[in-house]
Amino acid sequence: MRDRLAFAAALLFAAGTAVAADLPAGKVSDDAVKIGVLTDMTGYYSDLSGPGSLEAAKMAAEDFGGKVLGKPIVIVGADHQLKADVASTVARKWFDEDKVDAIVDLVSSSTALAVMPVAAEKKRITLLSGPGTTAITGDKCTPYNVHWTYNNWALANGTGREVVKNGGNTWYFLTADYVFGKSLEEDTANVVKAAGGKVLGAARHPSPGTTDFSSYLLQAQASGAKIIGLANAGADTINSIKQAKEFGITKKQNLAGLLVFISDVNSLGLENAKGMYLTTAFYWDRDDDSRKWSKRFFERMKKEPTMVQAGVYSAVTHYLKAVQAAGTDDADAVMAKMREMPVNDFFAKNGRIGPDGLHRHDMYLVQVKTPEESKYPWDYYKIVKVIPAAEAFPPVSDKCPNVKK
Amino acid sequence: MIQALSGQLLLGLINGSFYALLSLGLAIIFGLLDVVNFAHGAQYMMGAFLAWMGLTYLGIGYWWALLLSPLVVGATGLLVERVFLRRLQGLDNLYGLLLTFGLALVVEGLFHHAFGNSGSPYPVPELLRGGFDLGFMYLPKYRAWVVLVSLAVSLGTWFVIEKTRIGSYLRAGTENPRLLQAFGVNVPVMFMLTYGFGVALAAFAGVMAAPIYQVTPMMGSSLIMVVFAVVVIGGMGSILGSIVTGLGVGLVEGFTKFLWPEAASVVVFVLMAVVLLVRPAGLFGRQK
Repeated sequence: MRDRLAFAAALLFAAGTAVAADLPAGKVSDDAVKIGVLTDMTGYYSDLSGPGSLEAAKMAAEDFGGKVLGKPIVIVGADHQLKADVASTVARKWFDEDKVDAIVDLVSSSTALAVMPVAAEKKRITLLSGPGTTAITGDKCTPYNVHWTYNNWALANGTGREVVKNGGNTWYFLTADYVFGKSLEEDTANVVKAAGGKVLGAARHPSPGTTDFSSYLLQAQASGAKIIGLANAGADTINSIKQAKEFGITKKQNLAGLLVFISDVNSLGLENAKGMYLTTAFYWDRDDDSRKWSKRFFERMKKEPTMVQAGVYSAVTHYLKAVQAAGTDDADAVMAKMREMPVNDFFAKNGRIGPDGLHRHDMYLVQVKTPEESKYPWDYYKIVKVIPAAEAFPPVSDKCPNVKK
Repeated sequence: MIQALSGQLLLGLINGSFYALLSLGLAIIFGLLDVVNFAHGAQYMMGAFLAWMGLTYLGIGYWWALLLSPLVVGATGLLVERVFLRRLQGLDNLYGLLLTFGLALVVEGLFHHAFGNSGSPYPVPELLRGGFDLGFMYLPKYRAWVVLVSLAVSLGTWFVIEKTRIGSYLRAGTENPRLLQAFGVNVPVMFMLTYGFGVALAAFAGVMAAPIYQVTPMMGSSLIMVVFAVVVIGGMGSILGSIVTGLGVGLVEGFTKFLWPEAASVVVFVLMAVVLLVRPAGLFGRQK
């Protein structure tokens, strides 16, 4: 009899703890899971992120059923105007007054670096799709951040190493003369040298403000390098590519774009961009999954998604799954779940988030098709190589303070 | 060495022709209407966009665009003068500056909303594709065309204003509009047409630029600062000054790109500061 009582008590106790484990104290704060898309709505990066990123986040919420743990998922959006101070002000307001649980996108490194510490201080999560600097998961890393889509290292490494392997062993850089361009040039130059290639020189152009690249292109041409690496972005890259063709440079030399989005290729046209190598985290026409999702995106936005926009969808979905699995929107619990679960969707296969916050997944080296090769609208890339996650991204940085436990 | 230098100087001359064409329009508008036309960059952009829209939606080619686009954009200029600028006459020219600056922001914002910011490519016309191998560099035919046409249009404008009867009215209007009115010339209409012409010049430069640069809503705002510096260096309102300075600044920029590429975007403004210190009215301007 005593044994039976003890057994029953033990059973009750076990059941009690099981219930407690299922429903931890936190649950969902403020009766909603709120995700803020903070991006560049009208400026230089609005085509590659902007309204498309907001739409991608909304799609992710809808596909999740609009609810997580029985509470509604709310998506809000704001324009950071590419200004660090605007970004951190909006973030503070969102966290303090609007009870936003996570901020996603933050295209352009300066805005990401401004918001990350605010989020860490308030114990909210940042999911970055768009910024490139490696400092995000290096010495500026925070425990509440995931760097989702790509970083400069991955771009430099993908394009630099693979192009050298394919015979492009002499390089000349066309570089935007500020921190971003110089760091991209330096990263790539190191990769090129490590792969056995040679760097013959670089022309640095003022940015923004340069519209005529012919004189810099002329210097690149005179160098005789097989590959002209474009360490610039946006309008600078577009005009460099266009004028390289105009001056007949691409007949003998090849361009390698170090930060090129499908929106850039679309606005350039294949006639101008053909033959160029670039590294991307996502291409809509890669497999059935990516095509299926992109078709739905296209119906809403009338253009194919960039890797930044696809990354936003993937990041938001993974976040919601982690909230579901953790049974709460408490940032610590959700971060732990996000790191624990592999990322498997149309964007990434077996992606893993490291202790530094970097999401490591496969990247793709692609070459832009010629107009003859392109069979239907947006048929722009040939996938030259799938770069496996382990090679595509750097190892966990020892500069990141929260890696050392 | 010599090869590289001659290449850069030639490219400088090409850019200089654009500066000349744009600063010419500004100089005419400022000279006669005393309006600092900050919408000039936006009007240049409209010219390029109209050419692109004509080609994309209506199948109107480059050559027709070269004629039609300036006419249409010029007509919007007439409207702007009639509806807005005329009301500011006699006021400090700061008001005109603010008005045109505001208009530029509105127009660029509208285009941005409709077309996004990455822009669209405009093909080089069939006839002007390819290029010449000059030995020291490859000169695309289209760039050579730009230099020739800009020079022709600039010098033609200078000739009309300085050497013909219509030009003499214009110059008289600058000196003393009331007296000219008393002689029976319809000065308000003349002002309106002049503004329209200046705007049409900007649109013309826009069409010329479309095949070279990406057609984007912001293409004018990056150029307008340099062009204003050119006008200041040449002397506000001086026609010949703006042409000569436009080409000269292009050459100086080309030379700087050869010697010290990073400084190329600053050299224009350094030059402007020096000129303002030594000759406040500009190289070709007259002290008022």
